[in-house]
Amino acid sequence: MSRELDRRRLLGRALAFGAASLLPGCDYDHLRHPDLADRALTAISRWNDRVQAALFDPRTLAPIYPASAITRPPRFNAFYDENQVRVVDGATWKLELSGLIADKRPWRLADLRAAPQESQITRLICVEGWRVIGQWGGVPLGWFLRRIGADLRARYVSFHCADGYYESIDMESALHPQTILALDFLGKPLTPPFGFPLRLRIPTKLGFKNPKSVVALGVTNVFPGGYWVAQGYNWFSGS
Amino acid sequence: MSDRPVPARRPIHPWPLRLMHWLNATAIVIMIGSGWQIYDAAPLFRFTFPEQITIGEWLGAAVAWHLAGMWLLVLNGLCYLAWGWGSGHFRRRLRPPGPRELWRDILLALTFRLDHRHGVYNAVQRALYLGVIALGVLIVASGLAVWKPVQLWWLSDLFGGFAMSRYVHFFAMAGIACFLAVHLALVALVPKVLVPMITGGRLSEDVR
Repeated sequence: MSRELDRRRLLGRALAFGAASLLPGCDYDHLRHPDLADRALTAISRWNDRVQAALFDPRTLAPIYPASAITRPPRFNAFYDENQVRVVDGATWKLELSGLIADKRPWRLADLRAAPQESQITRLICVEGWRVIGQWGGVPLGWFLRRIGADLRARYVSFHCADGYYESIDMESALHPQTILALDFLGKPLTPPFGFPLRLRIPTKLGFKNPKSVVALGVTNVFPGGYWVAQGYNWFSGS
Repeated sequence: MSDRPVPARRPIHPWPLRLMHWLNATAIVIMIGSGWQIYDAAPLFRFTFPEQITIGEWLGAAVAWHLAGMWLLVLNGLCYLAWGWGSGHFRRRLRPPGPRELWRDILLALTFRLDHRHGVYNAVQRALYLGVIALGVLIVASGLAVWKPVQLWWLSDLFGGFAMSRYVHFFAMAGIACFLAVHLALVALVPKVLVPMITGGRLSEDVR
């Protein structure tokens, strides 16, 4: 039901401006009527996923910036307002693991703090068009996946968040050296609005591919989708 | 009447040109309409485009339209460039105008004295068409720089980075929109040019 409503939303009044006449046969007035344009756009979006995967070069690094370029104050963004942020208890928080992983024991914050850390000053580009520069530090996801014995030939790495958000990325991007499980932001532990205690930081993808307050990580060959992808955003969304 | 053999009457606009013209018109409408909706999500200036004239009810739909329309725009555009070169269309009809003939034709056009001959582009037309082709190349290149600032970092650098690429992309759109305004105004002034772009028309004499 909600999926259908979402699909309605993808098109809605999409055909302003005379474009409707270009797509005969579309019936935008009946919820249960399958849309020609809707299907076409979804198919092309899947094709664009493949094109972007082919264009992705694992050796190409996202640009790095000097500390002076960091955006201050940092910009909050989520599918809710900042005062509605779910605060996670770091003492009881665990990162649950599932799927094609040899060692599925959950990780606590202290375990992740003891792992090798990487810091980066990179740019986060939002699908809306704005961008901010920030400093994130944490555990390289590639190191983590190897450490837990993940099947690196699997296609997807998925993330579920404390606030119900979910996302997934392709394995090649997951193994990119700049993809990290971030614990720190601007030199301090992440704060709740910015994803405490752990968020994905992946500067080779758009901002909404950087889920915050992650509570579960999975490795799978079954397409996990994402919160925004289910509503029509392109899944790969690489930069 | 001369007694030389009457040459086969060629169409004013051959069918590949007509097909590509209307495919391009479709692509331009999709790209500008969805582009305005994307612009509205993070405006560069102190205005937004009214939702009634944008394509895609929200950002996700607009991005889907935009990244689908780009294929039509680019593939059709590449076909046009290849055809224009290969068929001699560019050589015959789109010779870059010199400054003097351009100035002369601009004055004639502004005083409504510029003649239209089917199959011959005057200096103003040639300048406009060559200009909009250049803008087409610019808008695709800057669009790729906005879409892939990491993988196509060299293209992004060429435009001065991600933020500047957005401005270049916007102004290229504005240039194309200005072209469209002039283009449609000229069609309105000389409506007889519209029919041959659909039917092909026939040249009344062998215009090279």
